Amino acid sequence: MADIATHDTDHATDHGHHSSTGLSNNKLAMWLFLGSECLLFGGLISTYMLYRGRVQNGPHPAQIYDIPFTSVSSFVLLMSSLTMVLAVSSAHRKDDSKTNLWLTITALLGATFVGGQVYEFTTFYREGLGFTTSLFGSSFYSLTGFHGVHVSIGVIMLLSLMGIIKKNKITGDKAEVVELIGLYWHFVDVVWIVIFTLVYLIPS
Amino acid sequence: MSTNELTLTPGNALDVAKGKLVVAPTQSLGAVRRPVNTTGWREWLFTVDHKKLGIMYGTVAFVFFIIGGVEALFIRLQLALPDGRILSADKYNQMFTMHATTMIFLFAMPMAAAFANYFLPLQIGARDVAFPRLNALSFWLFLTGGLILNASWFLGGAADGGWFMYAPNSGPVFSPSNGVDFWILGLQIAGIASLIGSINLIVTVLNMRAPGMTLMKMPVFTWMILVVQFLLVFSLPVITVALVLLMFQRSYGATFFDVSQGADPLLWQHLFWIFGHPEVYVLILPAFGIISEVLPTFSRKPLFGYPFVVFSGASIGLVGFGVWAHHMFASGLGPVSVAVFSMATMAIAIPTGVKIFNWILTMWGGKIWYSAAMKFAIGLVILFTIGGLSGVTHAVAPSDTQQTDTYYIVAHFHYVLFGGMVFGLFSGFYYWWPKVFGKMLNEKLGSWNFWFMVIGMNLTFGPMHILGLQGQPRRMYVWTEARGGEGLFNFGFWNMVSSIGSFVLAVGVLFFIINVIKTTRNPERAPLDPWDARTLEWITTSPPKVHNFDRIPVVHHLDEFFHRKYVEDEVTHTMKQVATGEELVRAEEAAADADIHMPGPSYWPLLLSIGMGVLGMGVIYGTPIMVVGGLIVLFSSYGWVLEPSVPDAIDFDTPSTDGHTKEIAPLG
Repeated sequence: MADIATHDTDHATDHGHHSSTGLSNNKLAMWLFLGSECLLFGGLISTYMLYRGRVQNGPHPAQIYDIPFTSVSSFVLLMSSLTMVLAVSSAHRKDDSKTNLWLTITALLGATFVGGQVYEFTTFYREGLGFTTSLFGSSFYSLTGFHGVHVSIGVIMLLSLMGIIKKNKITGDKAEVVELIGLYWHFVDVVWIVIFTLVYLIPS
Repeated sequence: MSTNELTLTPGNALDVAKGKLVVAPTQSLGAVRRPVNTTGWREWLFTVDHKKLGIMYGTVAFVFFIIGGVEALFIRLQLALPDGRILSADKYNQMFTMHATTMIFLFAMPMAAAFANYFLPLQIGARDVAFPRLNALSFWLFLTGGLILNASWFLGGAADGGWFMYAPNSGPVFSPSNGVDFWILGLQIAGIASLIGSINLIVTVLNMRAPGMTLMKMPVFTWMILVVQFLLVFSLPVITVALVLLMFQRSYGATFFDVSQGADPLLWQHLFWIFGHPEVYVLILPAFGIISEVLPTFSRKPLFGYPFVVFSGASIGLVGFGVWAHHMFASGLGPVSVAVFSMATMAIAIPTGVKIFNWILTMWGGKIWYSAAMKFAIGLVILFTIGGLSGVTHAVAPSDTQQTDTYYIVAHFHYVLFGGMVFGLFSGFYYWWPKVFGKMLNEKLGSWNFWFMVIGMNLTFGPMHILGLQGQPRRMYVWTEARGGEGLFNFGFWNMVSSIGSFVLAVGVLFFIINVIKTTRNPERAPLDPWDARTLEWITTSPPKVHNFDRIPVVHHLDEFFHRKYVEDEVTHTMKQVATGEELVRAEEAAADADIHMPGPSYWPLLLSIGMGVLGMGVIYGTPIMVVGGLIVLFSSYGWVLEPSVPDAIDFDTPSTDGHTKEIAPLG
């Protein structure tokens, strides 16, 4: 998404160009994209809620969920939102080294979360819950897997962004590029709060 | 977004005038240079110009219209006589599935996208869309999706589960060929195309209107397209989920819709129709927008009740999200759901009725000019009303349970989609052809085109009401003499009428193709304002220049172009002409802006789309292919991101006294 984030804000700030809404094109597009993503996760969450109790083979949800472990990884992900905010704020202050520092920490926290998810998936698999074991398994892996892919893409975007900043390839409004990726990152975190509550905390 | 720009400075204005655009080649990803050639086939392959992309959308969509139409003719040939032998049961299933899928996803939506792409920036006084490269990506992804869908014909058979692909028909037991897999992947890729396109167009409308053009001064076509894009943004992700789940089931062993594994097949129906019903309005609202431009122009009157037309369009879109289960009355939802969805569905008839009355009152008392465009627009009003009325009979749940899966339903949606949407699109062809190509379509052939289509369409779909109420099931591949019945209501007679009608319809479309060929060969140029039109797209040359407007118009009125031509006489309160359209266009040319820079062409949209196609094929043909596709996608994404994004300083005028530079490039 980094690519949508360059040109016109540059104009907006540097050349007195105003859009009708006051939002830059890039930001408006990102908000619309995230609005669309809400429905994507809505569909997946509905599917999980419908199927979470349907276990013909293999373990039940209550038998395999490790709430303390997932709570810790959720906490890690939520903290990454904080560091993302700090990155955006540094970017607005045009402090490149601080921006890079906070982006690195955010990416690391995100990667830790994804690592935790990989660990969780392998544990569940060893305990007998494969992707095709039951409807519960299929819908669980589809939902959390989709979310994991979103976090992974976010990490890749953060790393790419750092590389591009370092090579000074961003000639547009750097702060806005950081902010756009931040929007995406916060969205992915908020979705996780919903998933964590509905999937792990509410007993089926 | 708009990276590397074509610079039109006084220095190279001469080159520009000769059609030679000057681009400084810059590099991205080290080895790959930007495309700089803007002539020949490269002009089309790497373009990011919304007008060229609009023409490409239109051309490809029309080819799919012909393909879908031929599929329909096969269906009608098979059903013309008892014990039809043209198609096997299996081929027949593929034929009606692909007919519907092609017409909806590969003709109707992209053709609306063609009009939107071309005219939306022109109607709001913008020089391009907000994200020109994403616009190109949308087109190429749509083409990739369409090719994948149709490739299935040659790779083991097409999808055969009906366009809404209900479980269990979509499962491997009833659909063992790869057809459904191609269908899933083609639709997912086409869906991404629509999603990107819709975000792009919403941003364009909300952010890039000419100075003075408030939302309530926007042309109705632009308004309807805006509503449609919102519908797409929020409905496409739902079908994406459904398609992904089905893909997991067919390719990776999950059992989301497999009843024997305890699954709920209604999940598919809900997900499909939460998308599928807004989709119905995605198809019809652009046509409503088109005729809301055509009817006032050819009635020589402003649109009656502009705010009502706008807000009824918006409320159709809004309520359209809350009626999906009326497609599922026969599935046993329970009385409360059925009652709620039944009421909501009937409620949609209100804003639709408002629109129809507004159109009628627009024509009322007007000096009507029966051009081909106007004929198609009036055809829409009448035929859509017939389809709308049969639609209300489905809203009544007890009646609907009798009609479900009969030809009555087929009759209904062909009246609203063919009589409504297709007629609207044809109206748009005749109205805007001189704008896009600078030549007038032949009115006489247009008249033949219209009458053959209107007669053919009623002969084809009218009898289906009778067939359906007599109990002929939908998707039945053959009927026997024994079921034919007697008298006026026998199957045989009306099936034959319907089949003959479909060929009359085809002749009508043929007239259009002949018309296009004749017009293309005709050297005569169209006048700049042939219809005495009302909206901003006519205040520039035909076809418009690369940068659309020589200067960005400042808007004071709804129907700005009309109000520049006519002013109200103080004494008589009649409209008096003060300028011709031609004079206005020339005046704009004389006052042209000096430095206009436009986004430059790019390889990445095309390459990214090819990568997506290969990635999709990998789902069917194995992981190695998927990896190759993924690598192409990754490579082109980085190429895209790294494409230099800031124009040279030369693109800006020297600072004016207020400290701002004069900068007139399109955003993004």
